[in-house]
Amino acid sequence: MANPAQFTLLSRILHWLMAAMLLAMLFIGVSMVASLGNYHRLVAIHRPLGIMILILAAIRLVNRMFTTLPPFPPTMSQRERFFASASERLLYTLMFALPLVGWGMLSAGHYPIVMFGPVHLPPILPADPMLYAALRKTHTVLAYLLFATFLFHLSTVLFHTLIIRDRLLHRMALWSFRSRKGKT
Amino acid sequence: MGLIMRVTLIGVVLAGIAGLFLYAGGWFTPHALSPALMINTLEQTGGLHPGFRRNHAKGVCISGYFESNGRGVALSKATVFLPGRVPVIGRFALAGGQPYAADAPQTVRSLAILFKLPDGEEWRTGMNNIPVFPVNSAQGFYELLQASAPDHATGKPDPVKMNAFLTRHPESAKAMQLIHSQPVSSGFADSAYNSLNAFHFINAQGAVVPVRWSMVPAQPFEPFDMAAARRSDTNQLFDALIAGIHGRPLQWHLVITVGEPADPTDDATIPWPASRQQVDVGTLTIERVESEDTSPARDINFDPLMLPDGIASSDDPLLSARSAAYAQSFTRRESEPKAPSAVSTAETGK
Repeated sequence: MANPAQFTLLSRILHWLMAAMLLAMLFIGVSMVASLGNYHRLVAIHRPLGIMILILAAIRLVNRMFTTLPPFPPTMSQRERFFASASERLLYTLMFALPLVGWGMLSAGHYPIVMFGPVHLPPILPADPMLYAALRKTHTVLAYLLFATFLFHLSTVLFHTLIIRDRLLHRMALWSFRSRKGKT
Repeated sequence: MGLIMRVTLIGVVLAGIAGLFLYAGGWFTPHALSPALMINTLEQTGGLHPGFRRNHAKGVCISGYFESNGRGVALSKATVFLPGRVPVIGRFALAGGQPYAADAPQTVRSLAILFKLPDGEEWRTGMNNIPVFPVNSAQGFYELLQASAPDHATGKPDPVKMNAFLTRHPESAKAMQLIHSQPVSSGFADSAYNSLNAFHFINAQGAVVPVRWSMVPAQPFEPFDMAAARRSDTNQLFDALIAGIHGRPLQWHLVITVGEPADPTDDATIPWPASRQQVDVGTLTIERVESEDTSPARDINFDPLMLPDGIASSDDPLLSARSAAYAQSFTRRESEPKAPSAVSTAETGK
């Protein structure tokens, strides 16, 4: 089987950079709320990393709007294509929503929004206890939803790559597979 | 690789990632000491009082300004130490989780301050009127809470449990001796409030020094008069503070104690030698007092690690633990309906 067409190099770099940052962020977030000893160290990474994700999400969205996507491989059914597109939209939404909810939550909680050194962000919402409480809960729910969506995304790619063996992963790979057909 | 192997591989990868995620979140170790367990324990010992801080529950809010004399600039590049004034808001409180408890002279008194720096930075600090902290770790604090919880039968702490705690934690026994040897001052106004934990100051040249700080009262010390105490007045300490501020602004000197390399920064039970350099960096003036019912300070988390550039955390494990536990307490109380404070607007308006 020939290798399927790939996403552009920039799209692939952005994808893997975002994947690493999101996964790190999810693990930092879930660890810090359960930790007494490492809470401060983790939260000091969590805030600026969240803003970096927000910036990268904006770059990705612009890139996504101005590039042509490689076609879905023929091994993907209509239903799979629908779920792939829907989960992509959900992932993009969460990439924006989680940092914004986090930023808004700190604003509503009257927290200083420290990035690093003296650099800090302005509040984007007025200080309000109930608003803080609602956004704090929303932040957790969205984070678990993001983790579940990531697992779904990963499982479908693994299923196609390892079971159907249609080289779906190659579309997004940074490395290049030699086509097995090409060898013979 | 056979099909079954490949299916198994997918299952292992997915279950592995999900398992690691849940493990990181503490799902498999529900009895490990976490911020949630710490706050649950405070709720059990002090009773659950929705809307209130889980510790230092009874308090009153204040505002005023800090006037820096510029002497702190040599120690820290934080803009709060540049000569001039910055506005502050804060809160005086009594330790414990009961927002309606009667004021008792021996109860630990606290002062929390938020310095609003001109560039939008903030410095928040929570200080107590004890010379050292009774424990040096989160685990110690948790055990102390359990040992001092009132017994169901007597309504008082069980001395057997407390003795067992002190045997297990000799550092706490020493610290408590020091704490109890201090004379009790007449009220909030003539108490000194100490950072207890060590921090690092970083100056413009990048030099780092360990520090502790204190708010030292300009009001002269008067011993608490047990005989004259108005036992019928459940808010006697707060009422005296309110009357004092209404009389004239109260003042404290912010005194920085500069540690030397041998001084422990990771153990809040150990005092530093009295010979350490002390720098008076400015004066805190408290002009107004307001009930929690109307003050924005009610909804502020006085997390001791909300620090401006130029002040940083030390290796004291209590700091991160305080930060985590305060966040947990803050999130819980902010979502709850608010009950009126014992120190009401009628009281602060007197």
